[in-house]
Amino acid sequence: MRALAILLALTGLLALGPAAGMAAAPRTTLNDLEDEVMCDTCNVPLNIAVSARADQERAQIRRLIAQGLTKQQIKDRLKAQYGPAILATPEHSGFSLAAWWVPVIVVAALIGLLVALLPRWRARQRAEARAGAPRGPDLSAADARRLDEDLARYDL
Amino acid sequence: MVKRSAIPTAVVLLAAALVGLLVYGVATRGEDTSLDSAVKKGQRPAAPGTSIRLPSLDGSSQRSLADLRGKVVVLNFWASWCEPCADEAPLLESAQHQLASTGGIVLGVTYKDDAVDSRAFVRRHKVTYPSLRDGKLQLAPKYGTDKLPETFVLDRRGRVVALSRGEVSKDFLQAAIQAAQARA
Repeated sequence: MRALAILLALTGLLALGPAAGMAAAPRTTLNDLEDEVMCDTCNVPLNIAVSARADQERAQIRRLIAQGLTKQQIKDRLKAQYGPAILATPEHSGFSLAAWWVPVIVVAALIGLLVALLPRWRARQRAEARAGAPRGPDLSAADARRLDEDLARYDL
Repeated sequence: MVKRSAIPTAVVLLAAALVGLLVYGVATRGEDTSLDSAVKKGQRPAAPGTSIRLPSLDGSSQRSLADLRGKVVVLNFWASWCEPCADEAPLLESAQHQLASTGGIVLGVTYKDDAVDSRAFVRRHKVTYPSLRDGKLQLAPKYGTDKLPETFVLDRRGRVVALSRGEVSKDFLQAAIQAAQARA
């Protein structure tokens, strides 16, 4: 009888355990979130921010982590409360779009520049080599023979 | 006629466009001091954002400055993490008692603050005047507010009579409220 009671109690604990544990199980860490959230008064990511507001944001994130929210859920909560500027990733609208397309344009322009200029540079170098490259004196037959013998001694 | 390469021109244009973009970005995100200069010149500019409705700290109701037309309003932007805000809270509380008898009001608006902490601040400092949450910064930027605390005194016609960017003093509040009441 006693064994049955213990068995039932254990079964109950096993059934309740995971559900109770999952409710507050942390699904992310402050470290993981800090570089993706801005300190909105210091205008730097939270991981390098030192201010009273940054401390408050960290405390708020810790509270949300303790509630078992995922990284994305926490970011969504912060965005809903403070607006999109709270996230370190630039927005996909308005002037912030420039943060996405300006680097692409600059890289494309640099590649275009290289594509346009490289053939010219190479052509110019080839032309210079053909026209003005100084040639040394021709080897005498004796020198050529000695050079061949020297080279033959090396195991290349 | 010399045929010039288009590449240097394109590079110059691209560089100019990037510099232009940078200038635009800096200019549009710069400080808005239009209210300051108007008040400094003795003008009484209309308070901006009067129709914006913001929720109370507990989220139970909403209010806008337009609802307070006809009253002298001391509009104070604050946050629980801001030490000078805590320092000036007793002065604002005292102004609230003074204004209440004449139909005026101190209206707090929280700036970049967690509502849980805002409510704790109100309890800790025994603040009785109402405060609204400007979570998505609908109102504060219209006043050029980006540092705390900042206070704007509005007359009964909803015009800005005086402003303080920084902690208020007793003298500032007295003079500004007097001026706002005199212009009724």
